[in-house]
Amino acid sequence: MIYRKAGIRFICVQIEQVHLKSLELLEFKNVEATKLDFSSKINCFTGLNGSGKTNLMDAIYYLSFCKSFLNPTDAHSVRHGEKHCMIQGLYDLNKKTERISISIRKGQKKIVRRNKKDYEKLVDHIGLLPLVLVSPTDVNLISEGSAERRKYLDGILSQFDSKFLAHLVQYGRSLTQRNALLKYFAAERHFDRDSIEVWDKALLEHGLPIHEKRSELCAQILPYFQEYYKRISGEREEVGLEYKSGLDETSFEDLLENHLDRDLALRYTSQGIHRDDLQFSIGGHPIRRFGSQGQQKSYLLALKLAQFAYLKEGRKRDPILLLDDLFDKLDSGRIKNLLELLNGTEFGQVFISDTDHARLKGLLDGIEAEVQYFSVEDGKVEKI
Amino acid sequence: MESSSKYLQNAVDALSSLPGIGRKTAMRLALHILNRSEEEVADFANAVAEMKAHIQFCKKCFNLSDGELCAVCSSPKRDRNMLCVVEDIRDIIAIEATHQYFGRYHVLGGVISPMDGIGPSDLHIEELLVRVKDENITEILMALSTTLEGDTTSYYLSKRLSEFGITLTTIARGVSVGDNLEYADEITLGKSIVHRVPYETSINSQN
Repeated sequence: MIYRKAGIRFICVQIEQVHLKSLELLEFKNVEATKLDFSSKINCFTGLNGSGKTNLMDAIYYLSFCKSFLNPTDAHSVRHGEKHCMIQGLYDLNKKTERISISIRKGQKKIVRRNKKDYEKLVDHIGLLPLVLVSPTDVNLISEGSAERRKYLDGILSQFDSKFLAHLVQYGRSLTQRNALLKYFAAERHFDRDSIEVWDKALLEHGLPIHEKRSELCAQILPYFQEYYKRISGEREEVGLEYKSGLDETSFEDLLENHLDRDLALRYTSQGIHRDDLQFSIGGHPIRRFGSQGQQKSYLLALKLAQFAYLKEGRKRDPILLLDDLFDKLDSGRIKNLLELLNGTEFGQVFISDTDHARLKGLLDGIEAEVQYFSVEDGKVEKI
Repeated sequence: MESSSKYLQNAVDALSSLPGIGRKTAMRLALHILNRSEEEVADFANAVAEMKAHIQFCKKCFNLSDGELCAVCSSPKRDRNMLCVVEDIRDIIAIEATHQYFGRYHVLGGVISPMDGIGPSDLHIEELLVRVKDENITEILMALSTTLEGDTTSYYLSKRLSEFGITLTTIARGVSVGDNLEYADEITLGKSIVHRVPYETSINSQN
């Protein structure tokens, strides 16, 4: 119960308001040309499968992260048969208008502009417009291996902290070097303690800060996460989120030392923060095996909303929230809880996509906020 | 690119084997050489052949040398008690251009990188230890790249050299001279702040 209090009250400093006022697309995916004006609170895209709802979400994602969340190749975002596409968004950032535009030309580098001025490095743009995306692919976080979950944590941290990113890169390199050395020792039937120790030192130097930052992040989002889960599920189950590392019980130095013989036999480094994991549990059991699909979806939603709270606190700026395919696996009770939660003041602008307009409208009717509906059909978008 | 002469073709092939020279540039260079006088071309070819025939590596520091000892090692003006450890001969050229270093050098011939198959025994590290023992060295300045591999090599050297009780230094890293602070990357600027130096010894002593 302490968490409930602590969870939401953290945010009391001045938060800058961010919302997307309008979006203009040209030859982006299946959208030929469109210009949309949005509500500063809740916006809904409804349409059948393959109509282009997710593409609209992707365009908004593009404006924040300069890339698609669907396909890694920019050229795939250009409409079939066209050579060039453009995404332009007008944002209200703390009462000031910001114009962000991205143009992608096949075979050329994409250009990102802020108020008509080109960015030299795309990295400089990321973070200006914080955004959290909830999509059906999030389930990979639960179903896939630990690498996916580390990537998730590291992704959040790297956005804030370029030093963290540098440590991550150097750690990866040190690991490759140490593994190469272990393979060399095995091939040459030779061992030299000094040679391996220098790489152990590099792993320590870069690994310890990574471990510390990841632990901090998990501890910080936990209260938010549990609070949000309760509110979405209606206090049904206890959920846990724990960062598990070999470094929890033994120092990294000792871990490497104790496992040296094993590493030499395996020819790779078996211990370290590259083996860490994030444990998702429900009622004290792993959610992967014991959670229903709806529980897993609620879990991921709560996690993403906790990430939202963390971003908001760190950036002092309201992130935009994208909920792609809202009804994916959730019962209507949980969706109602979620929508009520989103309507609160702690959340800013929200974009929702769903296949059934009537169903969504029915649920949102009880909500006071300003809601804007759009119907999407074969790449054409219309305000309802 | 087929040409009408097999001699020209041979020259183009040879030139394009050099780093940074593509086939078109090689053709341009070959045609340019063809326009020079025979004497000039002979001198040119000779210069290249003589360089290869006469240059050797200094037997002490592995710098380029015309004799057994390089110009730096044999100079009486150089501080005999100080060594600067570098990765590559090009680093000596860069450091010499600063006119700020008056000791002698030791070229390692690379940095430790198991990925590339380079271990300590592939570098001139044993030779360095022998020099430290024999030459009454009091300070070693490690001037290696500020990459992971460079730092790791410096650490390895510091371990091997610890028993000699000499002063071990490394080149300072931080904001480059003439840079605007706002353009310095965060990691470099952060390091400059962590490893800040007393004012008297830094700004005032700049030449």
